[in-house]
Amino acid sequence: MALSTPQKATRAAVVRLQRGSGRDVKERAFAGLLLAATAVGVIVLAVLLVDILVDGLGRLNWQFLTAYASRFPERTGVRSGITGSLSLMVLVALMSIPLGVGAALYLEEFAPDNRFTRLMEANIANLAGVPSVVYGLLGVAVFVYLFEFGRSLLAGAATLTLLILPVIIVAGRESLRAVPPAIRDAGLALGATPWQVTSRQVLPAALPGILTGTILALSRAIGETAPLLVIGALFSRRSDNEPWNLLESFTALPVQIFNFVSRPQEAFKVEAAGAAIIVLMVALLAMNSVAIVLRNRFARRW
Amino acid sequence: MTTTPRVEAPGRPQAQTSARLLSARPRPGEKVVLGALWLCGALSILTTVGIVVVLFVDASVFFRQVSIVDFLSDTAWHPFGGLETGRFGVLPLVTGTLLVTAIAVVLAVPLGLGSALYLSEYAPTRVRRILKPILEILAGVPTVVLGFFALLFVTPLLRALFGVSTVNIFNAASAGIVMGIMIMPTIASLSEDALSAVPGALREGAYGLGATKRQVALKVVTPAALSGVVAAIILGMGRAIGETMIVAIAAGNLPTLTANPFSQIQTMTAYIVQAVGGESPRGTLSYQSIFAVGALLFLMTFALNVLAQRFVRRFREVY
Amino acid sequence: MNHAPTAAPADRTPAAPAEVPDRAQATDPGPAAVFDVEGLTVFYGGRAAVRDVDLAIRQHEITAIIGPSGCGKSTLLRCFNRMNDLIPEARIEGRVAYHGHDLYAPEVDPVQVRRRIGMVFQKPNPFPKSIYDNVAFGPKVNAMKVDLDEVVERSLKRAALWDEVKGKLRDSAYSLSGGQQQRLCIARAIAVDPDVILMDEPCSALDPIATARIEDLMRELSERYTIVIVTHNMQQAARVSDRTAFLTAEVAADDDDHRIGRLVEYDLTETIFKNPSDPRTEDYVTGRFG
Repeated sequence: MALSTPQKATRAAVVRLQRGSGRDVKERAFAGLLLAATAVGVIVLAVLLVDILVDGLGRLNWQFLTAYASRFPERTGVRSGITGSLSLMVLVALMSIPLGVGAALYLEEFAPDNRFTRLMEANIANLAGVPSVVYGLLGVAVFVYLFEFGRSLLAGAATLTLLILPVIIVAGRESLRAVPPAIRDAGLALGATPWQVTSRQVLPAALPGILTGTILALSRAIGETAPLLVIGALFSRRSDNEPWNLLESFTALPVQIFNFVSRPQEAFKVEAAGAAIIVLMVALLAMNSVAIVLRNRFARRW
Repeated sequence: MTTTPRVEAPGRPQAQTSARLLSARPRPGEKVVLGALWLCGALSILTTVGIVVVLFVDASVFFRQVSIVDFLSDTAWHPFGGLETGRFGVLPLVTGTLLVTAIAVVLAVPLGLGSALYLSEYAPTRVRRILKPILEILAGVPTVVLGFFALLFVTPLLRALFGVSTVNIFNAASAGIVMGIMIMPTIASLSEDALSAVPGALREGAYGLGATKRQVALKVVTPAALSGVVAAIILGMGRAIGETMIVAIAAGNLPTLTANPFSQIQTMTAYIVQAVGGESPRGTLSYQSIFAVGALLFLMTFALNVLAQRFVRRFREVY
Repeated sequence: MNHAPTAAPADRTPAAPAEVPDRAQATDPGPAAVFDVEGLTVFYGGRAAVRDVDLAIRQHEITAIIGPSGCGKSTLLRCFNRMNDLIPEARIEGRVAYHGHDLYAPEVDPVQVRRRIGMVFQKPNPFPKSIYDNVAFGPKVNAMKVDLDEVVERSLKRAALWDEVKGKLRDSAYSLSGGQQQRLCIARAIAVDPDVILMDEPCSALDPIATARIEDLMRELSERYTIVIVTHNMQQAARVSDRTAFLTAEVAADDDDHRIGRLVEYDLTETIFKNPSDPRTEDYVTGRFG
C-alpha cells in the first residue's frame, strides 16, 4: 500500500468494518450456534418442570401429603417419605457438618505439608467421583451388616453422610481459603494460639460460605436414591420416621418416587410420581434459596 | 475495677520477662482438638479403604466360584440361577453402560462446550448471571426425577418419532439422552472454568493480529484450555458411568449385548440396584456378584478420575 | 573504621569520633537492650534471605529498619516475634536474645513470645468484627483478668482513636477509614499490654495525613513501649526513630536472581542520616541509590 494514501487505507478498513462480509456471516452463525447450545439446557429444564407440573399437579393435595403409602393410587401418599427424608436430613446434617468442617479445618489450617496430607487431599478428590451406588454397597457391608445397624434410618443417614462429606470438605476449604491470611497473622501476633485464631476468627468469618456449601450438599443428599435402595430403604412404610428412632426401618421421598414410577398403573407412574416429584423439587428449591440468600447476605468484601 | 496493677504498669519490670514466662504453657485441650480434626480428615481415607476392602473382599469370594476369565469374556449375564444354571459374563452390563454413556457424551460434549464457550467468550455479564444459576439448577435435579422425565417424556417422544415397534419402552437412547442433559452442566461449568483461566493477554494478542471473535474462541482460547476441557469431559463420562437412577428407570433390566440404542439393556449400576432389591440374600452367589460388578464399576470410574486429574494438573502447570 | 571524607551536604554536623566496635553496633550504648541479635541468618527454603545480622534494640526507643526493597527488612522484623515460624520452609541461624533469653530456645513458646511482642502489619488487618471485639480479642484469648471495657477504652485512647469511635464501638471495624483501621490495629496490639511493638511498614497503605497521625502516635507510644519499625520511607525513619539500621540487598555469588539482605550500618538515626560511616549508607540516604 502506498504510504501516501493512509486516508484511503483507513477508509477501506472502515468500510470493511461496516459491511457484512462472508466472514461476518460466519461469525454470527457461530455465535448463534453457541447461544443455541446454551439455550438447550434452559429449554430442557423448562420442559422438565412443565412436564412434572402437568403430570403431578392434579394429584397434589393435602390427602397426598398426609397419607401413608397404599396400594390404591387414589389413597396413597408420601407422608412416610417426607418424614423419612426429613429424619435423614437431620441425622445427615448432625453427622456431616462436624466431620466435614473438621476435615476442612484440619486440611486448610493445620495440616503439615507432607505425604499423608497430600494423600488425604488426592483421596477426597477421588471420593467425590465415586458413584453413589458404590457408597450404597459400602453402607450395606459396613453399616447394615458389620455394625449391625440393619436396614435402618441410621444406616441410610451414615451412608449419605459419607457420600456428601467430600462435597462439604471441598466447600469448607474454599470458604476457609477465602479468609485473608492477614486475619490469621493478626490473631497470632496478639499471642492467640492457632486454635484460638481458627475457632474465634477464621471459622466465624468462613461460616456463611461453609453453611452455603453444606446446604447445597444436603440438597444433594435429599435427592439421592440409589444408595438408599442399596441400603434397603422400604418402598412403603405405614408409619412416620423420626430422627431419634435410629434403628427403625425407613423410607424416603426419592425412594417412594422410584417405587411409584416403577409401577405399571398410570395413576402411580405418572400422577403419584409427578406429585411426589413436585414435593421433592419444592424442598430442593427451598434449600437452594436459603443457600443463595445466605451467600448474598453474608457476602464479604475483605 | 478489676484491673490488675500489671496492666497499669507503664514499663515492664525486668522480672516479668524471665525465661519462664516465655516457655510453653501446656495446652492439652488444643492437642485433643487437633487430634479430633485429624480424625475427621483421616475418615476420608478410611472411607476409601472401606470401599476397596468391601468391594474386593466380596468380589474375591465371587471369583473363587466364577473364573475371572468367564466373568470378563462370557457374553451372557443370568446371575440369579446359581452356579449351575447361571451365566456370569459381565460384558452385556459393560456394553450397556458404555452404550448409554456414549449417547450421553455425544450429546453433552457439543452442548456443554458450546455453552462454556458462549458463557466465557460471548455472554454479557448480565446474561451470564442468569444462565449460570439455571445450569446449576439443571445439574442439581435429582436423578430419580430425570429418570421419570426419560421414561415418561423422552421415551414417548422417541417412540412417536421412530415408531413404537422400533423403540422399546425401556431403551438405551432415552436414558442416554437424559443422562447427556445431566452431565452437560458439569462439562459446561468445568470447561468454562478452564476457558476463563486462559490469560486475557492471549486473547488480546490474537485480536491485535486482526482475529475475529470466533477465531479467538476456536483457535486460541479452546486449544489453550484443551487439557482442562478434556478433564471436564472425562469427569462427565465418569458421572455417566456411575449414574444409576436414570438407567434403572428408563433403560430397563435386561442385560443385552447390543449396540442398538432402542433396545432394552441393563447397566452395571442398574444391575446392582435390581439385585440388592430383595432378589439376592446375603451369602448367595448373586449377592457376591453385586460386589464383583461394583468393583469393576469402581475401577472404571477411578481410572477416569485419575485420568481427569492428570489433565487438570497439566492444565494448571501451564497457567 | 573511620569513614572517608566525602562531599558532605552543607548542613551536615560533624560526628564526634567514636569507638566503633567491629560488628555494626550502635555508637551510643544507650538504654538496656531488649533484643540482642548476634550472627542472625534467615533461610527461606534453604537460601539465605538475610545474613549475619548483629544489632541491639534498646528499651523505649524507636528503632527503624530501612533499606531497598528485597533487602529482608520484614524478614528481620518477623524474627523478633517468631512470625517466621509460620512459614514452613523458614529457618534461622544465630541468636536472638530477648532480655537476655534466647527467643529460639527449644522451651520457648512462640505463642508466649507473640503475647509480649506485638505486631502491626503493612495493610490494616482488623478482624471482620466490631471495633470493640477487635480490641478485646487479645485480652480475651490471653485470659487476662482485666475489665475489658476499660482495656478497650484505654487502648483506643492510647492509639488516639477513642474520640472518633467512642459512640460506635459495636460498629464493624470495616466501617473505619484506612488510617483509623491502622490505629485500631495499634490499639489492638496495645490491649494485650506488650513489651515491644513491631511495625511492618505501618503507613505504606495510608495517605499523608493518616501517616502523620500514626507517626505522632508512635512517638507517644515510645514512652511506654519499645518500637521497631520497618519502613521504605527514609523521611519517616528520620522523623520518628532514635536509631536506624540500614540493610542492603547483595546479589548472591551463585545466582543473579537471588538477593541476600545484609546489615550495613546501625547507629543513632542522626548519625545515619547526617554522618554515616559507610559510603553505601550515604548513597542510600542521599538518594543516590535505591
